[in-house]
Amino acid sequence: MYAEDPAFWRAGAISSTLVMLVVLAFLTVDSLATIRPGGANVPPYSVINKEIRYEFDRDAHRYRPVIGADQQLFGKNYSPEEAEKLMHLGKLVIQTRNCMNCHTFFGNGAYYAPDLTKAWLDPAWQQMWMPMTQAATREEAMVAFLMYPEKYPTWSRQMPNLQISREEAEALVAYLKWMSAVETNGFPIHFGHIQTN
Amino acid sequence: MFRSQQLALKYFAAAMTLFGIMVVGGLLASSYYVHDGLLLNKLDFNVAKMLHIDTMIIWLLMGFIGSVYWFLPIELERETEGIKLAELLFWIFCAAVAVVAAVFIFVQYGPATEMSLWFINQGRKYVEAPRWAAIGVTLVVLVFVYNVVSTAIKAKKITGIMGVLMVDLIPLFGLYLIAFPSITNMSEDQYWWWWLVHLWVEATWEILIGCIMALALMQLLGTARRIVETWLYIEVALVLGTGILGLGHHYFWIGTPDYWLNIGGFFSALEPLPLLGMVVHAVYDAGAHRMKTTNKPAFYWVMAEAFGNFIGGGVFGFMMTLPQINLFTHGTQWTVSHGHFAFWGAYGCGVIAVIYLALQKSRAAEQLNGGPWKWSFALLNIGMIGMVGALLVAGIAQAFYERAMGGSTLQAFMQGQTNVWFVQGIVMRAVFGLVFAAGYVMLMYDLLTIGKRRVAISSPKARVAGGRA
Repeated sequence: MYAEDPAFWRAGAISSTLVMLVVLAFLTVDSLATIRPGGANVPPYSVINKEIRYEFDRDAHRYRPVIGADQQLFGKNYSPEEAEKLMHLGKLVIQTRNCMNCHTFFGNGAYYAPDLTKAWLDPAWQQMWMPMTQAATREEAMVAFLMYPEKYPTWSRQMPNLQISREEAEALVAYLKWMSAVETNGFPIHFGHIQTN
Repeated sequence: MFRSQQLALKYFAAAMTLFGIMVVGGLLASSYYVHDGLLLNKLDFNVAKMLHIDTMIIWLLMGFIGSVYWFLPIELERETEGIKLAELLFWIFCAAVAVVAAVFIFVQYGPATEMSLWFINQGRKYVEAPRWAAIGVTLVVLVFVYNVVSTAIKAKKITGIMGVLMVDLIPLFGLYLIAFPSITNMSEDQYWWWWLVHLWVEATWEILIGCIMALALMQLLGTARRIVETWLYIEVALVLGTGILGLGHHYFWIGTPDYWLNIGGFFSALEPLPLLGMVVHAVYDAGAHRMKTTNKPAFYWVMAEAFGNFIGGGVFGFMMTLPQINLFTHGTQWTVSHGHFAFWGAYGCGVIAVIYLALQKSRAAEQLNGGPWKWSFALLNIGMIGMVGALLVAGIAQAFYERAMGGSTLQAFMQGQTNVWFVQGIVMRAVFGLVFAAGYVMLMYDLLTIGKRRVAISSPKARVAGGRA
């Protein structure tokens, strides 16, 4: 019987693999176009000059980032080139400080510390850290915390001091602001819309 | 014994040593959850976790490489080509691993420059090793590919298993190149990073361990080549037929288009199929041979591999893979529960089985049996299942309180982490981690002495017991 012949199954293995690889190749081309900065799902880096919100979209049945009016970051507007340089540095900070082995980005990483996908929009910056750091803006509170986490703890599990410089901290904050504007199909659900105590 | 097999034994020794470091790293990482502020600013959680996961990857990889060096001369009936180079690379590999571990522990991190990525840490989960070391891993794999392919060419013999193995080595090498770039755009970075992580772990490695298990079953139970190769092809068809697009279950929330929710959900839901097939195959073969074997430990570890892969990888993976569920389980201890079970079942148990097979030959033992392996088998598996269960309890609490009810903010995270079910789960994980560690100690004792304790094994009573079990 043909089913007892290994060659029959070998042909099945080769054909199913090839078909799936071809499909993956097509989907990859489309996905990469969607996720390039300025693509349908990922905003250009200059989005850091805008206000960003996360709201429930009744038509799509999920939470989506909403890009609002102009909003300066660290009291200035960044040109597209400046924004890209800043993002490059921000990503280097994330990699060299090994953020992903405590935190998650888009839910990927380690689970010892909170997810950072929408961290820019976390109400805790206004509710806890702005009063604690005496900072006038959310971004200044974030810089203060990132540079000296030991001074502004929120609970017994603390973030270590990773010798992050002022320049690095600003780049990191800008990176988190940009990332919060990425369309993530509704993850994390309800972010910032529930009052917990 | 061939030199290739002597090299295999060295790889197994290195793998088991790293297994021990992984256990220590795991116990340490679990302690940070139980005791906040542990070693703060001295040796933080991220370092312990890196040691835990990276040593796991390296010990499994060394186990696979060792297994192939072990079976290659048997399969092709000749010494491995370029064995001298392979022997040299082994020592370089070990030295590189030691240097990287020392840098992780003592240097930990550097300023935000490319230099830090080259010499300290790349900061990308699973592939943190600095670039110079990643080049080293690439070299080791390249030499490994050269060994396998040139030996097959010299032997003028390509069996079905060898054919699958050689094709599988292409992605094993090619995908690892994704360990190098640092892409600014996080969405694109993670898009390619998942090609490396998923298509290695849920495709390339599955095929590799499938080949290794096929070779092991022929040696262990004397299963006919035609049957083993047929099953291997079926497994390849199903693993790659479902797993390549199953990649989509990692593309739900990283910025990628929403068609991945359907594609990833559908195909990853089918991913347990090949693993179920392996269980059927293993049980059928064991039954066909009335469970008679001269190597009890290897036999039981093969069985543990089949069931562990199906339940840990397949069932526990399916449980959280549909996007409607994954929206809440993603990035919680639920994932950790599945991860532990899957890696142990799919790969850990398989490597241990091959090591027992190799030791039987190298120590010229007619029978492998005795008490210690049973203790280690029981302690390791009970420890693992205990950790998996405890993490699942913690993960479910986290999915409810942090994700579903709290909305995943810092406040929600803290509420989840301090929830009583979460805390109980995380404490029980540490306790079962100790059980697992005890199993590791027994395993090492057994591996170091089995086949040398001839008195106990050749006694008639032991034979009778061994034949009946």
